[in-house]
Amino acid sequence: MSDNGNGATTVDVYLPEYLRRTAAGLRETALSRRRFIKISGFVGGGLVLGFSLGANRAAAQHNGHGAHASGDVRFAPNAYVQITPDGTVVLYAKNPDVGQGVKTALPMIVAEELDADWSRVRVEQAPISMELYGPQFAGGSMSVPMNYDTLRRAGAVARAMLVAAAAERLGVPADELTTDAGHVVHAASGRRLGYGELAEAAAALPVPDPSSVALKDRKDFKLLGKRVTGVDNVKVVTGQPMFGIDQRVPGMVYASYTKAPAIGARAVSANLDHVKSLPGVRDAFLIAPKGNAIEFNPSSDAVLSGVAIIADSTWAALKAKRELEVEWDESNASRDSWSAAVAEAKRLAEAAPQATLRDTGDVDAAFANADRTVEAFYTYPYVAHADLEPQNCTVWCKSDGSAEIWAPTQTPQAAVEAVAAFLGVSQSAVTLHQLRGGGGFGRRLANDSVVEAAAISKRIGAPVKVQWTREDDFAFDYYRPGGFHAFKAAIADGKLTAWQDHFITFTRGGPMPVTSANLSPDEFPANKVSNARIVQSMLPSKIPTGPWRAPGSNALAFAIQCFLHECAVAAGRDHVEFLLEVMAMTPPPRPAAGPGPGGRPGGMGMPGLNPQRAAGVIRLVAEKAGWGRTLPEGRGLGLAFHFSHGGHFAEVAEVSVDANRKVTVHKVWVAGDIGPIVNLSGAENQVQGSVVDGFSTAMGLEITFEKGRVEQRNFDRYPLLRMSQAPEVEVHFVESDYPPTGVGEPALPPAAPAICNAIHAATGHRVRTLPLTREGFAV
Amino acid sequence: MRLNVNGRSHDLGDIDPTTPLLWVLRDTLGLVGTKYGCGIGACSACTVHVNGTPVQSCQLPVQSLEGQEITTIEGLAGADGTLHPVQQAWIDEDVAQCGYCQAGQIMSAVALLERTPQPTETDIENAMSRHLCRCGTYNRIRKAIRVAAGMIEKTGSEA
Repeated sequence: MSDNGNGATTVDVYLPEYLRRTAAGLRETALSRRRFIKISGFVGGGLVLGFSLGANRAAAQHNGHGAHASGDVRFAPNAYVQITPDGTVVLYAKNPDVGQGVKTALPMIVAEELDADWSRVRVEQAPISMELYGPQFAGGSMSVPMNYDTLRRAGAVARAMLVAAAAERLGVPADELTTDAGHVVHAASGRRLGYGELAEAAAALPVPDPSSVALKDRKDFKLLGKRVTGVDNVKVVTGQPMFGIDQRVPGMVYASYTKAPAIGARAVSANLDHVKSLPGVRDAFLIAPKGNAIEFNPSSDAVLSGVAIIADSTWAALKAKRELEVEWDESNASRDSWSAAVAEAKRLAEAAPQATLRDTGDVDAAFANADRTVEAFYTYPYVAHADLEPQNCTVWCKSDGSAEIWAPTQTPQAAVEAVAAFLGVSQSAVTLHQLRGGGGFGRRLANDSVVEAAAISKRIGAPVKVQWTREDDFAFDYYRPGGFHAFKAAIADGKLTAWQDHFITFTRGGPMPVTSANLSPDEFPANKVSNARIVQSMLPSKIPTGPWRAPGSNALAFAIQCFLHECAVAAGRDHVEFLLEVMAMTPPPRPAAGPGPGGRPGGMGMPGLNPQRAAGVIRLVAEKAGWGRTLPEGRGLGLAFHFSHGGHFAEVAEVSVDANRKVTVHKVWVAGDIGPIVNLSGAENQVQGSVVDGFSTAMGLEITFEKGRVEQRNFDRYPLLRMSQAPEVEVHFVESDYPPTGVGEPALPPAAPAICNAIHAATGHRVRTLPLTREGFAV
Repeated sequence: MRLNVNGRSHDLGDIDPTTPLLWVLRDTLGLVGTKYGCGIGACSACTVHVNGTPVQSCQLPVQSLEGQEITTIEGLAGADGTLHPVQQAWIDEDVAQCGYCQAGQIMSAVALLERTPQPTETDIENAMSRHLCRCGTYNRIRKAIRVAAGMIEKTGSEA
C-alpha cells in the first residue's frame, strides 16, 4: 500500500512493464492497419488503453462465424455484442477467467448499458486479438477498472443503434423511445420491439462514436450491483470440459516433463532406452535449456532443461516418469537454503543497511525525543501458488510452421508472443484458444508451461498435452518471496512520531530485488509519519519469484499492520483510534528522486490511497464487528487495514486460542471500498475466498529450500485450509461513487495481520513469524 | 476388462490394470469432469462414487473395480437432464470460483445427503473436510449443502 504523492497509487511492479509492452504492440497493430484504435494517456505516467469500438468490420467478421453465408443477419456493432434475429444476445468476455469471475462480471457491464434481458444473454469467451480487444489478461485486479468505461460504451453504442432502427421503423423520434430487457419501448403508443426484430435494420446503420453515446446514471442500473450467478455454473456442476486439463485434440499424445530437483540444474543424460521400452511410451528425449526461465516474464520464450516422456495416455507418461533416472549437472543450479537465509537476514538486520530508500523528517531526533521506542523483527516465508489445476498446456506445432495452443493462461497474448519467439515465426502464425484456469493467483501469468509444451510438440510434430504432476507444480514455481523487516518506531505523547524499517530481501546480485520482493519508499505508514526511514539490505538467491495474489501487499500487510498494532499497544491506545490517527497524518514531502532501488513505478490510472475512504472502512468494520465488546478469556478481536489494487479494505477477526495453542478463527468481518460493485455475488465470493486464502497461508503454508531443492512437494506438506478450519466471513461494501476497481486481490492482505493481532488480544503472544505453525500454533 | 460408469458398461480392452480410475475416466472414457489435483489422495478433487460411496479415484487401480457401479459428476443429473438438488443448490448459491474442485465436492455432498438427509454442521464438516478448495469457497459450500438438504426434504414431503 503506498501513495506516490501525486494521487496515483503504485501497483504491482510487473504490470507497468507488461502493459507498456502490450500497449506498444497495440500501437503498432493499430497504426499499421489504420484501425480506429486510439491510445490515450493515463494519469500518473502510466498507460490506459482506451481503444474505440469502431473496428466494426473486423468485429462483424469475427462474430459472424460464417453466418453471413447462410443469410443469417447478425447485428455486431463491435467485438463485444452480437444480436441474432431470434433475440439471442451473445456477449464476448475478453479476459481469462481463472476463478475471479470476470467472464460473468465484464459482460454484465455491457448488458447493463445495452438493457439486455440477462436471461437471454449467452456469454462466449472472446478470441485473442489485440486489434479487437486491446490487452487481454487476468492480473492486478485490473479487468474491471481497465474495461469498465469501454464495456459500458460497447453496450450503449449497440443500444443507440437499436433505438435508431426502432425510431425509423415506428416513425417516431428516438427521444420518445426507451429500452427495457431486450426491447425498445414506445411508451406513448404502447409499442414494443424486441432487439431481435431490430437486429437486421440496426446492422445496416452507421456505428456512432462511442465517446458520443449517453451512459446511464448509476441509480438507473438494473443489473450492476445485483447478485448474478456465474455464467459457467451449469458447466461446473455437470463436469463439462472447460479447463486446460480437459482439452483433447484429435491425434493428441500425452507428455510428462521432468525438471531438476535443484532449481536450474541441467540434464546431462537419462535412462531413455529403458523409459522408451515401457508400456504406452512412444518416445523420451532431453530438451535443451533456452534463455533464463528463472526470471518471471510472461512473454519469455525460455525453457528449463528437462526430460520429456511422450505416451499414449497421461497415466503411461506419469508411470514412466517414476522410472526415469536423470544425471543432472548442478554446477549452475541454485544452492539456496531457507534456514541459512533466515540466519543471514538476522545478521544483516544488525549491520549497516546497504541502501536507503527513504529518509524523511528527522528520524534520529524523533527517537532521541521519544517516550518509548518499539523494536521488532518480522519474518515471512516463500509460498507457492498451488493452483488446484496443476500447470498444463496443449500445443500443436504444425509442419507449415504455424502453431495452435490450448492454454489456461492469465496472459494469453504474452503466451502467443512467447511461442512465436520460441518457434521463430510471426505471432500471426500462432493461434491460442483461451481455456478456463483451475485457479491462477498469479501463477498462470507466467507461460513457462506453454513454451515447454511448444518445445515438445515442435520436436514430435504432433499435438501434445503436457501435464505437470502436483510434485512438478510445487518444485518449480515463481514463488511469493520470503522477507524480513527489522522495525523500530518512536512513540511520544501517545502518538507515532517515527517509523523505521530495515527491509531484508533477495536479489540475483544487482541493485534490484527479485520480482515481487520490493518495498516502496512510500509504503504506508512511511508516507504518513513525519519522520520515516526505509532502508534495505539484500541476500543473493537463485530461487524464481513472481506475483502471488496481491503481490508485495500479501506479505507487507502482515509485517506492517502487526507492528503498527505493537505501536498502538505500546502507546496505550485503542487500535482503531490509533490507526485512524496515523491515516490522518499529513504526508511529509519527499525529494522527487524517482523510484530508487526497490521503488515501484506507479500510476496506471488507478485511484490512490484515500485517507477518507480508509477511515470509512475502518470505522465500518469496527462497528460491524462490535469493536470494544468484552470477550471471554482466551478470545480476542484483531484489526488490520490495507490498501492495494485501488481497493480499501479493513478487517476484524475474532479468534480464540486454547491451552494447546490451537487457533480457531470464529469469524472475520470485512469492510471494503472498491467503488460501485459490478456483481455482488462474485465480489462477495472473492472477498470470502481472499480471507480464507489469507488465513490458510498465514496458518501453515511455507516453501523452504535446502541445496536449491524445494522441500514441499505435495499437499501433505502444504496444508491448505479445510472447511472445518475456515472462518465465517461477513462482507460489507461501502459502494462509494469512485470509479470501480477490482476485487480479486485487495481483500487478502489484511486477513493475516487481523488474525495475528487477534491472537495477541486473546493471548498476549505477539506473532512475528509466519506461518503460525513456526510459532507453535495449530489449527 | 469392463467397467460400469454412470449406468453404462464400457469395454476397456487390454488397459494397464494399475491405471488409477481417475485416468481411465479422463483419458479412456473422456469423462473429464473428475479432476486431477494431487495424485496422493490429499485433495479429493478426483472424488467419484463406487457403489454410492465417495472415493478418491486417483487412489483406485481400475483392476479393483470390475463389477462395481461407478458414478461420476456427469452421471448425477437425471436422464432428462434434471439436475440433482445438490447441483442446483451449487448454481443458485453461486458456489464456484475457479470451479476446479467442485465436482469432487458435489460428489461428497450428494453422498452425505443420501446417508444423512438433515446433516448437522459437524456432519457437513466431517464429510467435506477431506476436500481442498484453493479458492476458499467453504462458506458457500456449507450453505449450498443446507439449501440442497432443504430442497430434498421438500421434495420428499411432497412425494
